[in-house]
Amino acid sequence: MREAATPAQRLRRVLLTVGPGAFWLVLFVLVPTLIVLVVSLMSRGSLGQPVPPFGLHNYVRFFSDPLFLEIIGRSLWIGFWSTLLVMLLGYPLAFYIAQSRYKEVLLLLVVIPFFTNFLIRVYAWIVVFQKEGLLNALITAFGLPPGEFLPSTLAVYVATVYTYLPFFVLPLYAAVERIDWSLLEAAYDLGARPVRAFFEAIFPQTLPGLLAGFLLVFIPAVGTFVIADLLGGGKVTLVGNLIQLQFGSAQNWAFGSAASMVLMAMVLLGLWLYARTQGERGLDRLV
Amino acid sequence: MAVARRLCPVEMLFRGRRERKLGDSVAVRLEGVTKRFGDVRAVDNVSLEVRDGEFFSLLGPSGCGKTTLLRMIAGFDTPDEGRILIGGRDMTGVPPYLRPVNTVFQSYALFPHMNVEQNIAFGLRMKRMPKEEIARRVAWALELVNLSGFEKRRPDQMSGGQRQRVALARALVNEPEVLLLDEPLSALDLKLRQELRVDLMNLQEQLGITFIFVTHDQEEALVMSDRIAVMNKGRIEQLGPTEEIYELPKTAFVARFIGDSNLIPAKVLEPRRVRTPLGEFVLDEDDALVPGQEVLLSIRPEKIRLFRERPNLPNVFRAKVDDIIYTGSENLYILLADGQRLMCETLNHDIQEPGHEEFDYDEEIWVALTPEKLVVIQEEADA
Repeated sequence: MREAATPAQRLRRVLLTVGPGAFWLVLFVLVPTLIVLVVSLMSRGSLGQPVPPFGLHNYVRFFSDPLFLEIIGRSLWIGFWSTLLVMLLGYPLAFYIAQSRYKEVLLLLVVIPFFTNFLIRVYAWIVVFQKEGLLNALITAFGLPPGEFLPSTLAVYVATVYTYLPFFVLPLYAAVERIDWSLLEAAYDLGARPVRAFFEAIFPQTLPGLLAGFLLVFIPAVGTFVIADLLGGGKVTLVGNLIQLQFGSAQNWAFGSAASMVLMAMVLLGLWLYARTQGERGLDRLV
Repeated sequence: MAVARRLCPVEMLFRGRRERKLGDSVAVRLEGVTKRFGDVRAVDNVSLEVRDGEFFSLLGPSGCGKTTLLRMIAGFDTPDEGRILIGGRDMTGVPPYLRPVNTVFQSYALFPHMNVEQNIAFGLRMKRMPKEEIARRVAWALELVNLSGFEKRRPDQMSGGQRQRVALARALVNEPEVLLLDEPLSALDLKLRQELRVDLMNLQEQLGITFIFVTHDQEEALVMSDRIAVMNKGRIEQLGPTEEIYELPKTAFVARFIGDSNLIPAKVLEPRRVRTPLGEFVLDEDDALVPGQEVLLSIRPEKIRLFRERPNLPNVFRAKVDDIIYTGSENLYILLADGQRLMCETLNHDIQEPGHEEFDYDEEIWVALTPEKLVVIQEEADA
């Protein structure tokens, strides 16, 4: 038998096991978030730096100006629809890859865009959408008049869906790979027709992957600013653009921090609502 | 092809089997069913009839085609040739969700996201049965498999035996014409398996539903079935009542696969006399044997009799005890006689009397093969 550990020994054990992870989380998640929170409660100094006095004035400004609420609303709107499009494209794609003989090749094709810098990939879409770009070349080849695609909301959607599709396909693929197909036969055996059998026996098995993919796409899609900046021009301002602007040319770190906190609160609120509707198992499934 | 010879009326050989009344109508009929996977004939021209209310087993080693055959009856695979009739209707191209059969899968295939109640209700829900009726039948099915009170459990909160019973209830609640069971006991440990065998037999008798049971476990098949089809390489080697399969194997494969057998090559001298490496033996009956013909004699280890003194019996020869394997209830003797190895089982009942003696290593003893217990296997070369 080992002797009972003294409090000091127990502390050491806790520090050795949980310690490194906790340290990492505190240093890189908790501290930065707290800094942003504190800054969001400060005021703008003469050079844009955050200075006292402290107060809720940045939040008051954010929520009292319809312009900012519109930006938040637009971000959620575009984020939601892009995510939905990603899911509609990615769901069948993941199934197709999982049952294909060439799944290694197809998976590589899904991952290959990551080999190139994100900015460059967005610029590549400019080449596609610009006035003398590939898209218009195709359209005029059919004898149709060329269109104006830059800047446009359409271009923002296309590039967002393109950018985030792999983030959805990969976790879903992992779920599809693990599907127990004998359940499909069990459902047939018990009288379910094919479509019904799929939704009763197969779809529930993909839910964890679906939710993971949804979060991986929705959260960055709501916060993106590069795509809207380059392809949406001045026409499409998202909350990401707003934050970037405050830290950049507008020189108001305090207000930018407040906007960041609002965005984060929105996402956490969504997660919390989801967890509540799903009960305890809901959160388990997410992780 | 093989031809076997009945040595005496089957009924005389077998006593103590439960008496079963089966209908004359046919539940499942297979006509020349063939299934190929690439170049392999997984099921090769199989024809058979399963009677209403019968406990029918498909028995064979892994890869013999028994599961493929079952999957074709369930509708998961389509035969390349032949017809499948269920309850007299041709079901060959009919999808599984329209067949009056249900399956108990080897891995149970319970829906992990549903609790026990929802799992069992699934088939009834697909039939759009009213809620109250579903609740009533689910309760009945749970009681049937002794799982009342487990309604809200999820499959991952249950033991293997309990899951197996849920799978059974989920299939039976639909009142299928035929229940298909794909090695449902193979994932369980021995004690539980033996208990569930009895439960399954009682359930089948109580409900009167036709069971088609796939297994590679010969003991399981012998204990439970009314009739057994022994399969090998996609074909049926022998089909018959359980006792006949054991007592009168028609092929060397059946003799070896079902229980243990001693196989002795023999040449027919006269219709009732054969010459073997162990000497000349007399047989009990003589029909269909042609002098000069090469056959195999099969005798079960427990039917060989051993003596210390030479007995006054036919078919007696000398042998040496080469090995003794003690299995608790039995002593298994490995005997050597003229280069031929024989297995012989005797009950370990500690009595020393002629025919029941216990022997030592290297002891020279007398072996008697009772003529009625010698089964003649006539197999043509291509079998």
